[in-house]
Amino acid sequence: MRLVILDDYDLASEWAAKYIRNRIVQFKPSADRFFTLGLPTGSTPYGCYQKLIEYYRHGDISFKYVKTFNMDEYVGLPRAHPESYHSYMWNNFFKHIDIDPANAHILDGNAQNLEEECQAYEQKIAEAGGIELFVGGIGPDGHIAFNEPGSSLVSRTRVKTLAKDTIVANARFFGNDLFKVPTMALTVGVGTVMDAKEVMILITGAHKAFALYKAIEEGVNHMWTVSAFQQHPRTIFVCDEDATLELRVKTVKYFKGLMHVHNKLVDPVLSIKDQ
Amino acid sequence: MPSNKSVSDAPITQFINCRILRDNELQREDLWVREGRILDPEKLFFDEQGYADKRVDCEGSIIAPGFIDVQINGGYGIDFSQASEDVSDGVSFVAKKILEHGVTSFCPTLVTSPPEVYHKVLPQVKVHDGGPHGAGVLGFHLEGPFISAEKKGAHPEKYLRTFKSGGLEHLMEVYGSLDDVAIVTLAPELPGSQSVVRELSQRGITVSLGHSAADLSQAEEAVQQGASFITHLFNAMLPFHHRDPGIVGLLTSDGIPAGRAVYYGMIADGIHTNPAALRIAHRAHPSGLVLVTDAITAMGLPPGRHTLGQQVIEIQGLHAYVAGTKTLSGSIATMDMCVRHFKQASGCSVQEALEAASLHPAQLLGISPKKGKLDYGSDADLVLLDEGLHVKATYISGEEVWRKGQ
Repeated sequence: MRLVILDDYDLASEWAAKYIRNRIVQFKPSADRFFTLGLPTGSTPYGCYQKLIEYYRHGDISFKYVKTFNMDEYVGLPRAHPESYHSYMWNNFFKHIDIDPANAHILDGNAQNLEEECQAYEQKIAEAGGIELFVGGIGPDGHIAFNEPGSSLVSRTRVKTLAKDTIVANARFFGNDLFKVPTMALTVGVGTVMDAKEVMILITGAHKAFALYKAIEEGVNHMWTVSAFQQHPRTIFVCDEDATLELRVKTVKYFKGLMHVHNKLVDPVLSIKDQ
Repeated sequence: MPSNKSVSDAPITQFINCRILRDNELQREDLWVREGRILDPEKLFFDEQGYADKRVDCEGSIIAPGFIDVQINGGYGIDFSQASEDVSDGVSFVAKKILEHGVTSFCPTLVTSPPEVYHKVLPQVKVHDGGPHGAGVLGFHLEGPFISAEKKGAHPEKYLRTFKSGGLEHLMEVYGSLDDVAIVTLAPELPGSQSVVRELSQRGITVSLGHSAADLSQAEEAVQQGASFITHLFNAMLPFHHRDPGIVGLLTSDGIPAGRAVYYGMIADGIHTNPAALRIAHRAHPSGLVLVTDAITAMGLPPGRHTLGQQVIEIQGLHAYVAGTKTLSGSIATMDMCVRHFKQASGCSVQEALEAASLHPAQLLGISPKKGKLDYGSDADLVLLDEGLHVKATYISGEEVWRKGQ
């Protein structure tokens, strides 16, 4: 793996956004060859989305030939609810960029048949040629998407019941009322994300530090599902200082020492204006 | 990029680089319009996978709901109360000109007149939507003749009337028809007013108290019967008195039935109301303030002397005097001037100033949120303004009907 450590949240967000930008620009997506991007929600990727919007506004990237697949969505929450992941993606990303709505895919938590919805989603990913870059986050319980502790590490897109930790973590978005938080969600599986050509996990904040430790310094374990990515050929973890607080000094020093190598991935930062 | 036409074939316009008045604040959001109404872009994106056909760059302008003037007697040489053959043309002429002031809907107002005038004028103008031809007509505002002789102001005394028994039927004899009437101003202290107020309110007509010497309890009684507006607060009514606040007392009355609101018209031209009085009213009851022009025939005419009907008027700046005197003959401030002056005199926010000319009159007439708001589904009657609240462009049903410089 690459462990990219930046000083703070803003710098980590910027590094991640630059990386995504360079990957898309270098790929030279076109009508015959879309760039497929997996996307997360939550407070962690917010800064990254802001930066990507900025790059779009300056004319440095375009999402015209990008297909996106979000990781998850609550079950039973009306799509127009301000806390649905559809609302999040619209307000924080889609409405500010030039993506074709037909290419923005999010699981429908209000589908008549949830199982069919999940299977259809896997099908759409396959038809799109698989995911080029899957961006994700990590929960305090070490989960990726809504693959709660105990999820199979080869799982596919399916319905999951949320763990208590997750419900508590999300209560802040529902007026701190635990009873208002949805209890089920549709989520891509660990296996689904492992199929991506490349995976980038964003982890910021001290409250995620223990999960990061479990994910990269302990073994592959279905109780900490992000650990599965130890077996993926191309994973990047982008974090801030605070997220490294539970790691060994040796690990942090080693990867910090590699920053000059990591930074070659984002410097120079590319633009479609130069193409 | 064409939009996916799953719900409608109609073109979609997206207003970008703007600040819109929504949820009582100015938000940095794009405004989407389809088929003359404000569109929910999130639904469009996810349900229809659609996007805009056309983008309008507002260059940082403020977009507010189109202004609504519920009291305007004429303008540009036209007097709505003249019993002429072509009232309809006159109303249309003014309707087109007031687009320049950001007004997208209005209530042509008739002052106290004899029945012949009402019978002749009322049938000529129907409630109708606005468009490139001019602002929409929401219905007449009949100011009089059932008003107080003591507080008649400039209304002709010989045509004042009192209520006869038979309440609404008598009204119908005087007015001829109430079909296209939106507001009636009357004096509630006139005997027999209670049943009239009640019956008019039940017919969906807004009843306003004005040109009246009513005390507070008479005014409250009228509100309980359905009255919901005060015509040009402070003018043509008893002044506020600390032991009987009169009609002015409605602003803070505890005699208003639950769930009901009282609105009040203010002529904020800096002349008809002292700014300090304007501030007192605004601070006492900010959500009820409705800006009106109460504009007369001379509004819109250039400075100098003009002969209007039987009168000679002299226009100096924002003052219209009876020629050769210092007697005010009415107001000539335009609605956008009133908005600017109101903001400056009251120190209120941009959002409050704009709501006083759009949201509040719409709420008064019960036509919100269709008018007076930029909610999804609201009519796309818009006014684009610069930072100083000068009108840059006016839209009705999503179509540009006036632009500065054209």
